Amino acid sequence: MTSGWRHKAFSYGVVIPFAIVLAFPFVWMAVTSFKPEAQVYDPTKVWTFHPTLASYSFLFHHTGYLRWLRNSSFVGLMVVLITLAVALPAGYALARLSGRVGRSLGVGIFLTYLVPPTLLFLPLSRVISKLHLEDRLWALILVYPSFTIPFAVWLLMGFFKTIPQELEDAALMDGCSRLGSLVRIVFPISIPGILTVVIFTFSLVVNEFVYAITFISSSTNRTLTVGVPTDLIRGDLFNWPGIMAAILIPSIPLALVYNAFLNRFIAGFTGGAFR
Amino acid sequence: MAVMAAPGGSRKIRLRYLAERRGFLAALLISPAVLFIGVLVGAPLVLAIYLSFTDATAGSLSGKWVGLANFRQELSDPIFRGAVWHTFLFTVISQAVVIICAGLLAHALVRSFRGRWLLRFFVLLPWAAPVALTAIGFLWFYDPQASIFNWFLIHLHLVSSTNPPTWLGTPRAAMSSIITVQAWRTIPFATVIFLAGISSIPQEVDDAAAMDGATGLKKFWYVSLPLQLPIAIVAVLFGIVFTATDMVVPYILTNGGPFNSTQVLTTWAFQTGINSGNIGEGAAIALFMLPVLAFVVVGMLFFARRAEVT
Repeated sequence: MTSGWRHKAFSYGVVIPFAIVLAFPFVWMAVTSFKPEAQVYDPTKVWTFHPTLASYSFLFHHTGYLRWLRNSSFVGLMVVLITLAVALPAGYALARLSGRVGRSLGVGIFLTYLVPPTLLFLPLSRVISKLHLEDRLWALILVYPSFTIPFAVWLLMGFFKTIPQELEDAALMDGCSRLGSLVRIVFPISIPGILTVVIFTFSLVVNEFVYAITFISSSTNRTLTVGVPTDLIRGDLFNWPGIMAAILIPSIPLALVYNAFLNRFIAGFTGGAFR
Repeated sequence: MAVMAAPGGSRKIRLRYLAERRGFLAALLISPAVLFIGVLVGAPLVLAIYLSFTDATAGSLSGKWVGLANFRQELSDPIFRGAVWHTFLFTVISQAVVIICAGLLAHALVRSFRGRWLLRFFVLLPWAAPVALTAIGFLWFYDPQASIFNWFLIHLHLVSSTNPPTWLGTPRAAMSSIITVQAWRTIPFATVIFLAGISSIPQEVDDAAAMDGATGLKKFWYVSLPLQLPIAIVAVLFGIVFTATDMVVPYILTNGGPFNSTQVLTTWAFQTGINSGNIGEGAAIALFMLPVLAFVVVGMLFFARRAEVT
């Protein structure tokens, strides 16, 4: 009884201060985003001011923000589709391939996830210009699977390992073909795992910065992560409340889905190796 | 990888053929992924190594072989040497902070308590939000005229209100600022992986340790810590590689300045390769990240196996 109480005190004592420190920047972004522009630099109006939605309307009507949001979503969607098409079969096969070959291959694919964009962006910039894809969203759609596929294969491998082999054997016994059992038995029960992969792949794409700033040069083709720092900061439109709103709009939904799918993410991420 | 056996007449060979077909199917399912990765990661990596031996520029697209000239040039450049040192500091200090904070947080978050969902949401925020955007937020928090950090510090009488620190304006403060942001944004992910390590310890081990009289710190030191260490190390290795090779935080906050005092390998490679257009030289700079990568890969292979054994 007393030990339970002590555990709780420890948990609250540690988590609450950390939560305040880690989340404070977002609170302050939110506060700033509701300030009228004139009061942003006013030190006497740190907490007290007349909240306004002017910065949000400025962002939507006078900047390319909605366009960048659309670009990011489009690239994210296309990359998710390509990634699933390639990683679903690979993840399944690696999970079922027993012995050393399957294991080493799985780990090998995962390790390529560690090769950073900052090492590859220079050679890829030449490839992109040879392919005449400069300043096109398709350049990003082509390159992003280089890190989403290893990541997704690893997660899916972890998920598929949790599905008992017996289930498939039963389907085979009932006259189902191997591919048939994959489509009819394995994929349907893996939907939560697949959904997790979709969410984290999408967010990897929305997060990406190095390739996007290297390959995209015109304002209309920018994605969120590049449009905000280049057009809103370096450009003439220097509007801090608007910029804070621009940061919060994608961040809050992403954090909500992360929190909802966290346990599944952990299961897949660590299930591939540490089981 | 897959060997296809020729279909034969006898039943025995046909059975073997069926068994082999499993391997064939596996190869068929895996090959698109391997192909994709080979073309998009393997080939550019080789191209990067090749380019680093040439004087390729952005305009001409084809470079002349110059041997080790790029490497020699960089090694004698004080900005480059500074960048190597800054990369080291940026990585080691931020990840040391992360280990301590994430270790504490993970142990506090592992048991359920009222309000855990909400608090975990707050803790996850820096990881889930696109870092290129949140780094811009910090540009505002560090703003010389309206820094919220200064507002707090002034009201706590920790700094003078007439001469507050300019966070991104002086070399030392700028380095601390980017390290802080990097630690802030890596803590959640490390916490999540640490958490996985702690919860992977079977309840029986806990019970057995308690039965033998191990409690509190003793139990943590002799039982829990050794068991969760391999996964924790994997998380730290992740942090190292994603920090040493990260460009976003330094690029957005300082872009290497002031006076190259926060120049790291990635920002210097970007400035040399893209802004100045010396692709060959930029590739040579970027290649200095390979040793970090190799170190992390070897470490991961070693500890992932250890983790599996336990």
